[in-house]
Amino acid sequence: MEADALHDLTAAYALNALDAEDAGRYEAHLARCQRCQSELAELSESASALAYAADAPRPSPELRSRILEQARSERPNVVPLRPRWLRPVIAAAAVAACAAIGLGLWASSLSGKLDRTEADLARQQRVAQILAQPGSHKIAFSRGTLVVGADGKGALLLNQLAEPGSGRTYEAWVADGGAPQPAGLFSGGTTVAVPLDQPVRAGATVLVTEEKAGGTEAPSRAPFLIVRNTAQS
Amino acid sequence: MRGMSETPRLMTRTFAHLSDEAVVAMLARSDESALAELYDRFGRVAYGLALRILRDERLAEDAVQEGFLAAWRNADRFIPERGKASTWLLTLVHRRAVDLVRREDRRRAEPLTDGVDAPSSGSAEDDAWLRFERERVQSALKQLPDQQREALELAYYGGFTQSELAERLGEPVGTIKSRMFTGLARLRELLADPRPGEAAWKPTPYTT
Ligand SMILES: [Zn+2]
Repeated sequence: MEADALHDLTAAYALNALDAEDAGRYEAHLARCQRCQSELAELSESASALAYAADAPRPSPELRSRILEQARSERPNVVPLRPRWLRPVIAAAAVAACAAIGLGLWASSLSGKLDRTEADLARQQRVAQILAQPGSHKIAFSRGTLVVGADGKGALLLNQLAEPGSGRTYEAWVADGGAPQPAGLFSGGTTVAVPLDQPVRAGATVLVTEEKAGGTEAPSRAPFLIVRNTAQS
Repeated sequence: MRGMSETPRLMTRTFAHLSDEAVVAMLARSDESALAELYDRFGRVAYGLALRILRDERLAEDAVQEGFLAAWRNADRFIPERGKASTWLLTLVHRRAVDLVRREDRRRAEPLTDGVDAPSSGSAEDDAWLRFERERVQSALKQLPDQQREALELAYYGGFTQSELAERLGEPVGTIKSRMFTGLARLRELLADPRPGEAAWKPTPYTT
C-alpha cells in the first residue's frame, strides 16, 4: 500500500475500524510517520469522546476488585509481564556486536549455552546458516537485528528480552502485502535467535506480539516490535 | 472524572490530586493504587462504552477488565506527547470491546438512542458530571451531517470495519474513510469549546 493510502487510514484506525491486516500495515507506517502520529493523537481524542455519549450505568462492584486482584497476581516482581528490555545499555552494546556478528562469534555464544534444548540448538543453527550466507542483509534496530539471507530466509536476533508472561509466548509474524502470517514462537533470553518460518522479502514487515501459549493464527494484540526489511531485492 | 465513588474504598485516594497522565506514570511503576484510581475515574464510562457495543453485561465487564489490565501491563508504553491518558485508556477498552463483538458476532446497527438514565447509587456530583459530558457529546454528534454521524456511530459503537461499512452502505471505501475523517475532525472542533467549571477541578501538574 502506498504511503498516501496509509495516511488515509488514520481516522479508521482511531475508531478501531480497520481489520487486522490493515491495522498491522498502518501501525508499521505509524511508527515512522510523524504526520500520522500527530493526526492520530487528535482524531483519537475525538473518537474516545464518543465513549461519553453512551449511557453509563454502573458495573457490578465486583468488577473493580476483580481487576485489582488480577493486576496484583501479575506484578512484574513475580512474573515479567511483557517484553521489558532488561538492560538497555547492555542491549545497545549487544546490538553493535550483532551488527558486526561473524559466524565464529555466534558459534562461540552457542556453545556457551549448555542448558539449551535440542530444539533451541536446531533453531540457532538455522539462524547461523542465514548469517553465514554471503550477501545476507542485516537491519539493525534498537533492540536487535533482522537478518535476511539472499534466499529470503530471515531471522530475528533480540537482546535482553524478558520472558513472556506466564502461560504466554512471543509470536513472530511476517506481513508481506497481506495479513501477517505466523512465523514462529519463542521466549525471552539474553540473546534470542528466532529463525522465521516465513520468507522475508524486500519490503515485508516482521512483527512480534505476545500471545497465549501455543500461539495464534492472527495477532490478537498490537505488536511490540515492528521491523521492515528495507534491503533492496 | 474526579471523585467517583462506586465501591467502598479499598485504599486511600492518595492520587486524587494528580492528573490522569501522572496516574498513568504511577501505573508504569506497577503501583496498584494507581490502577484503582484510574478505575475510579474511568471505570464507569468505560463500562458504559463496552455495554453500548456489546449489549451484554458480562461481556462488557470482560472488555473493561481486559482494557484496564492492558493499561496495567503497558503503562510504560504510554507516550504523553501523543495524547491524553483518558484517550489511551478508553482506546484500549474500546479495542477489547470491538474485538469481542466481532468475535461473538453480536454486531447490530441501531442508531444511538438517547437512553434514560440508569438508576444510580453514586454521588450526585458524579452523575451530574457524566450527564453533562453525555449531553455535550450527544449534542455535538447531532450537529454532524447525517452521513458522517452514521459512519462514526456504526464504526465506533457498531464495531464495523471500514470495508464492512462500505459494503453495508453501498459506498466506496474512500467515501467511508473521508466521512470518518471529516466527522472526527468536525467533532473535535465542536467539542473544543471550553467546559464550564473546568478550572475548578484542574489537577496540579505532576512533578516527581
Ligand atoms: Zn502517515
